[in-house]
Amino acid sequence: MTNFQKLTAAFCLASIVNLQAGYAVDPDEVLQDLALEQRAREISKGLRCVVCKNQSIDQSDASLAKDLRLLVRERLMAGDSNEEVTSYIVDRYGEFVLLRPQFSSKNLFLWGAPLFMLGAGGFLAVYFLRQQKKPAAEPQPLDADEQVALADLIKNQDES
Amino acid sequence: MIAEFGHYALVLALIVAFLQVIIPLRAAHTGDERGMTFAKYAAFAQFVLILIAFFALMNAYVTSDFSVQNVYQNSHSEKPLIYKISGVWGNHEGSMLLWLLMLSFLGALVGIFGGNLPPSLQARVLGIQALVGTGFLAFSLFTSNPFLRMDPVPINGQDLNPLLQDPGLAFHPPFLYLGYVGMSVAFSFSVAALLEGRVDPAWARWVRPWTLLAWSSLTLGIAMGAWWAYYELGWGGYWFWDPVENASLMPWLAGTALLHSAIVVEKRNTLKLWTIFMAITAFSTSLLGTFIVRSGVLTSVHSFANDPDRGVLLLALCVILTGGAFVLYAIRGQAMKAGGTFQTVSRESALIMNNLILSVILFIVLLGTFWPTISELIFGNRPSVGPPYYNIFAIPLMTVLAVFMAFGILLPWKRGDLKTVMIRLKWGAGIAVILTIVAFYLSGFKNILAVVGCLIGFWIILSTLTDISLRMKLFNGPIQTSLRRASGFPRSFWGGSLAHCGVGVTILGMVGTSLWVTEEQTIMTPGDTIEIAGYQLRMEKIENLNIANYQSEMGTFSLIKNGTVVNILKPERRWYPVAQQQTVEAAIQPRWAADVYVALGDPRGENNEARIVRAYHHPLVMYLWGGSVLMAFGGIVSITDRRYRVGAPKPKARKAEKPDAVGPMPDAVPAE
Repeated sequence: MTNFQKLTAAFCLASIVNLQAGYAVDPDEVLQDLALEQRAREISKGLRCVVCKNQSIDQSDASLAKDLRLLVRERLMAGDSNEEVTSYIVDRYGEFVLLRPQFSSKNLFLWGAPLFMLGAGGFLAVYFLRQQKKPAAEPQPLDADEQVALADLIKNQDES
Repeated sequence: MIAEFGHYALVLALIVAFLQVIIPLRAAHTGDERGMTFAKYAAFAQFVLILIAFFALMNAYVTSDFSVQNVYQNSHSEKPLIYKISGVWGNHEGSMLLWLLMLSFLGALVGIFGGNLPPSLQARVLGIQALVGTGFLAFSLFTSNPFLRMDPVPINGQDLNPLLQDPGLAFHPPFLYLGYVGMSVAFSFSVAALLEGRVDPAWARWVRPWTLLAWSSLTLGIAMGAWWAYYELGWGGYWFWDPVENASLMPWLAGTALLHSAIVVEKRNTLKLWTIFMAITAFSTSLLGTFIVRSGVLTSVHSFANDPDRGVLLLALCVILTGGAFVLYAIRGQAMKAGGTFQTVSRESALIMNNLILSVILFIVLLGTFWPTISELIFGNRPSVGPPYYNIFAIPLMTVLAVFMAFGILLPWKRGDLKTVMIRLKWGAGIAVILTIVAFYLSGFKNILAVVGCLIGFWIILSTLTDISLRMKLFNGPIQTSLRRASGFPRSFWGGSLAHCGVGVTILGMVGTSLWVTEEQTIMTPGDTIEIAGYQLRMEKIENLNIANYQSEMGTFSLIKNGTVVNILKPERRWYPVAQQQTVEAAIQPRWAADVYVALGDPRGENNEARIVRAYHHPLVMYLWGGSVLMAFGGIVSITDRRYRVGAPKPKARKAEKPDAVGPMPDAVPAE
């Protein structure tokens, strides 16, 4: 595995579980060409098995997932690039198969809101911290009435 | 008969809970002392009644009373006893009962141990606790009653979902629920504080132990769920960003933020509004989790049989409780004035950053979980939001959080000096760099993310150790003096340090499992041997066995290192005939450095004599679980801190905390 693929593997901690046990890629599906097989695995990890609950085709043993895995390998053998394979499958099965949502206008909020929250939250936090730094307002001196009241209090305490 | 008894107790509990809302809340308002005292007795009575109901249901399970519909649907006479017991909460109705049991248990604890609370606050807390209880008791009785009988009585049950017949999953829900429900106490305290119009350091001191209990339990619950996924799903993953996992992560994130901001309220009398907000959020996300698991709005493998009607009712309950609390917050929140001031470089600032980042991660998890549903409502298409989305945001944010953490541990309250902190950090950071270089020298460079993860993991641990040794003045005088000093540290300091070390250890575990994994999958016939990360794995035999309520296809593998057999591994594939379902049980050799993991797959070969075998070498998985246990243990140690037991501090102690005592206090008794 190359570094990049290791990284991808780490990022794609992959999706959920079958209700049945998942064995995923059968040894008999594996391509002879190792580099091509690695690409196939990488693409598979980003594609959702449409009949499963929240699982990538790399993890699923559903027959539809197996068909898709074979399709991915078929397209790779035909010389498609990774992006071409993915878009080939998206064209046929819809955006739903992508585990990473597209950067599209419909998903603007999905991708933008976290950044906005971080920015707004950061701004508020910094604002709050700056407020904190200012020394608290000087206490107002007591007015005449209060001075008298205070003197009384002290006097009473002394007496008792 | 016993089931009816339980049913009756549950109805009584609803009545008691209802009275526990009305009487104490009114009494607290009018200052009627007798009414306020009523709350304690009601809370205790409510707990006893729900306990009776719970044992009545458990009795029906243990005796396999299939005239109770719930038992029929989720049990089987041949099931092992442990799963008959865990079957009680392995379904919607029963788990609701467990949820209620824990809610009332915590209410009773507030009644028993809350003697040092102001009576009106205690009455309000218990009133709000009972309000939550009333809602869910009514929900349970009217829509999800576990005590309904059926006629004619079936001969045998339909068996529990085989995935749940597993030690990891049997005891995962109680911990998780204690975590979810535990947040209700912080919620009740917050709403009560809003009603009282007063939040002070004493309030934070009362809230923190409950939050610690909930948080520790939730940490263990999540770790158990991840552990289960690791060995049960046949390929060694442990976290999938599945909606239900996210549902448990959200209250955890909010709870973590709450724990830290409550310290600021307690020590520095500021961030009050925010802490109340986090307390409400923590319980709201718990309720949301309850809703997600049971409503069917989001598909997930973990969810119970879904019923949209129940979902609507649950949503209504969530909205009323959460919405009500937030409205109250908006109306009464202004009354809370902040106290002490502090400088930009200080522990307060680090904790504010901690809260900011945790909240943003919480928002991302919330958005990602519900985006498919939102998008379907607005645009009519349902995209998938999978692991890549969460990882893109969460990994960098967690990295930044970890850096703030390493700094924050060594920063003093009020006013810190960046230079001093840098000097203090130098040893930890230096050793972390050396350890990381050694680790990568031994394993070979993989990628930059692994290096960063490794560095941060080591750094957090070392930063915590530096903090401890600085406070002990280790290397700075006789060791006896240092040890004596250490024995005087409050438990909450040790708890915090343990939990922080736990985070570092967990990070190392995550890096190890995700980046250094070796995978081997192949077809094996008995007698074949494969190589995996320096081990040989020899398949000895495959046998078919009938065990309890399932049939097992059990493989026997010898794990060989340097020519000697070091372990026998027995992975299984189980078939549960009643439930018509198959599960896979991986066999694992757990070691400190790395796990060897073997899972059995589909048959191959002309006479099915061969099997697909998946073998993995997972480095540092132990650290993942160990780190979580350390975090939870830290939480428990912190609960036992003296100041939570003795209640309000003596005036003298309070004097030392007065806001005008400026300057870093590295030698002062450590906080957390």
